[in-house]
Amino acid sequence: MDKVEIYLPILIMVAVGALIATVLMGLSVLIGKRTRSKVKMQPYECGVDPVGDTKHPVPVKYYMVAILFIIFDIEVVFLYPWAVIYDSLGMFGFLEMLVFVAILITGYFYILGKGALKWD
Amino acid sequence: MEALNLNVIVFYLAAGLAIAGAFLMVWQKNPVASALYMLLSIVSQAVLYLQLDALFVGAVLIIVYAGAIVTLFLFVIMLLNLRGEDLVNPSAGPKRYVKLIISGVVGAELVYLLVESTGIGTHLTKLDSAIANFGDVKPVAELLYSKYLYGFEITSILLLVAIVGAVILARREPGEN
Amino acid sequence: MNLSGANIDFTLLLPEISLAICGFAILLLGVTKRGKDFGFGLGLFGLIAALAFTVQQWGTLETGFFGMVTKDGFSSLYNIIFLLAGIISLLIAQTYLRAKKIDKPEYYALVLFSILGMMVMASSYDLIIIFIGLEIMSIPLYVLAGFHRFNPKSNEAGIKYFIIGAFASGFLLYGIALVYGAGATTDLRLIAANYHSMAQQAPLLLYAGVALILIGFGFKVGAVPFHMWAPDVYQGAPTPVTAFFSVGPKAAGFAALMRILDFGFDSMDEIQSVLWILAVLTMAVGNILALFQDNIKRMLAYSSIAHAGYILVALTVGGEGAVASGLYYLLGYTFFNLGAFAILTILDTRDGTDSRFSELTGMASRHPFLATLLAIFMFSLAGFPPTAGFFGKLYIFSGAVEGGFIWLAIIGVMTSFVSVYYYLRVVVACFFTKADHPFQQVAMNPYLALALIITAVGALGLGLFPSSWIDLSRQAFASFL
Repeated sequence: MDKVEIYLPILIMVAVGALIATVLMGLSVLIGKRTRSKVKMQPYECGVDPVGDTKHPVPVKYYMVAILFIIFDIEVVFLYPWAVIYDSLGMFGFLEMLVFVAILITGYFYILGKGALKWD
Repeated sequence: MEALNLNVIVFYLAAGLAIAGAFLMVWQKNPVASALYMLLSIVSQAVLYLQLDALFVGAVLIIVYAGAIVTLFLFVIMLLNLRGEDLVNPSAGPKRYVKLIISGVVGAELVYLLVESTGIGTHLTKLDSAIANFGDVKPVAELLYSKYLYGFEITSILLLVAIVGAVILARREPGEN
Repeated sequence: MNLSGANIDFTLLLPEISLAICGFAILLLGVTKRGKDFGFGLGLFGLIAALAFTVQQWGTLETGFFGMVTKDGFSSLYNIIFLLAGIISLLIAQTYLRAKKIDKPEYYALVLFSILGMMVMASSYDLIIIFIGLEIMSIPLYVLAGFHRFNPKSNEAGIKYFIIGAFASGFLLYGIALVYGAGATTDLRLIAANYHSMAQQAPLLLYAGVALILIGFGFKVGAVPFHMWAPDVYQGAPTPVTAFFSVGPKAAGFAALMRILDFGFDSMDEIQSVLWILAVLTMAVGNILALFQDNIKRMLAYSSIAHAGYILVALTVGGEGAVASGLYYLLGYTFFNLGAFAILTILDTRDGTDSRFSELTGMASRHPFLATLLAIFMFSLAGFPPTAGFFGKLYIFSGAVEGGFIWLAIIGVMTSFVSVYYYLRVVVACFFTKADHPFQQVAMNPYLALALIITAVGALGLGLFPSSWIDLSRQAFASFL
């Protein structure tokens, strides 16, 4: 079968998504009313004048979460083809994945025990 | 002249976006914008892989690269609080030629590979057998869970080690400052 | 599911499994309040159990897991080297870590996993498995280099090693991909069997692939011109980690290189001239730059580069005799280099030290026994008889002469004469330099003493009975063919 035919629904979805985004943003540009003054562009219109920069370094905790997410994301990558041929692998495949997941669960318990995901 | 069917249109669209995304990624001054253009390039590449029947490779690109790695890049950019003006102008100094030479060598090598593998069947005949269904989910799975079983299992230890490393280096122990 | 020919035999993996299980146990116990102190004991137990299983495997020749695991004499000998390096570096680590207040159980788990990766590397004919093993080995090492988190130098070492290591892995993986492109296989046995047809079909791919693989491992073993990370990383990392660095990953890199170059690409003759240049550069640059160092750790970093050069000589010559002499040398190097680092670690455990040469003055009068041992290790590194260093060099260089590499042998002997100067500088500083301030007392304990005894006995034992050990190495290499 033609590849585009298989993925046609996805293609349509992407197209519709792109369309909606462009139309909505385009409309607001076209019919929105714009006033630009120095006061208007300040983060707080009526308050203390802003001092310094709004960009602050993000705490390293976010990075921890992101990197742990990647690792378990890669685990998912291994689960996906395994699920596809699970039927033909049978018990053997189940044991294989059990060992794999058990080792990663060790890591998960380690993370929990260390409190690496605690936020304070 | 090839027939202008939907398949061809999608191919040129995705290929164009992949290349444009890669160029804009390098060109952008703002690191956050760079990361987002990289995302565009990766998603377009995933479409190309789907067209090649390499469903698994395409899915991995989306799940791991688009989903996780770009997110991590964004976190790192925010962690370091990088802005365009903080970065040294990359085109200054004699080191730019080193970069150009390395890019040139890698580029030339890829072109060579392309010419070699699309040449008229004399070279790389061995790969032909591998190319059929190469990168689809089922053939990958059948190899991964039988022949490469050992590699698959020890990969979990690799991931575990990565977890421990990340926790040790980034986690602030109670009482530390 | 067709499992015929799979040979899923877990007894093959007993050494690896015992390391893995002890590693998991250390991690899980380490998060509890009372389990923190088990790290050292469990780590040592795991290493000794793995050593026992490996020794038991000696002499078997078996492959399993769809041909992905190969246990032969070659892998057994290498695994013994890794495990000995692990045991010795663990013995010297605890006191140091406690003194620097970085004694976390994860340290021991990471060492165990790193050794597991090395064992995976040494026991496979498949390039993919070798690569995964390399990564399992490397990632713990990046973390260990930066283990002293509040020391900027240690941080620098960690980051530098990580970036260079990631680059090296990239090169290696690219090389493997190109070799796969040339022959549609990553199995070194198939590559060796079909080498000529591959070389005919896609010579450029094959050469580029092997070159990239060589660059990747060149970084790992610290061969010139891929050595520039070594001094900073060796100096910045905690001293027991440096001790482990100087032996473990280097030996693992050579294990993989020997399998790849002396087996997989044995028919590629051009590789010999490349290795020749690498060996000469590595010996010359390592030995000459070591002369100018004021820091003992940096000096030993350059010295370890030079020693990689000697083993590269063995690799250049190739064949049973040369590779066996390389193996013998690696085994000896494990003992005497770790011995030197063990004493350095003991000295570094004191506060306010920076492993400078000047800190050694007066050591002989305060600790005559330690100073004598240090001198023995230095003589061994320099290659004085009757130590293992002397016979290792003798075998390697005489092998080079027999193989027709006379210039290589001459350059090797000349550079190792240069090395005598900087090794003797240590001895002179210990014994013959007048101290302007009293030598600061060091604390000994049974673990440190045991590490010193093992290394000293090894360095001298290998030297006193060289022929039986070289026979053992030959036996190991013969089984690998």
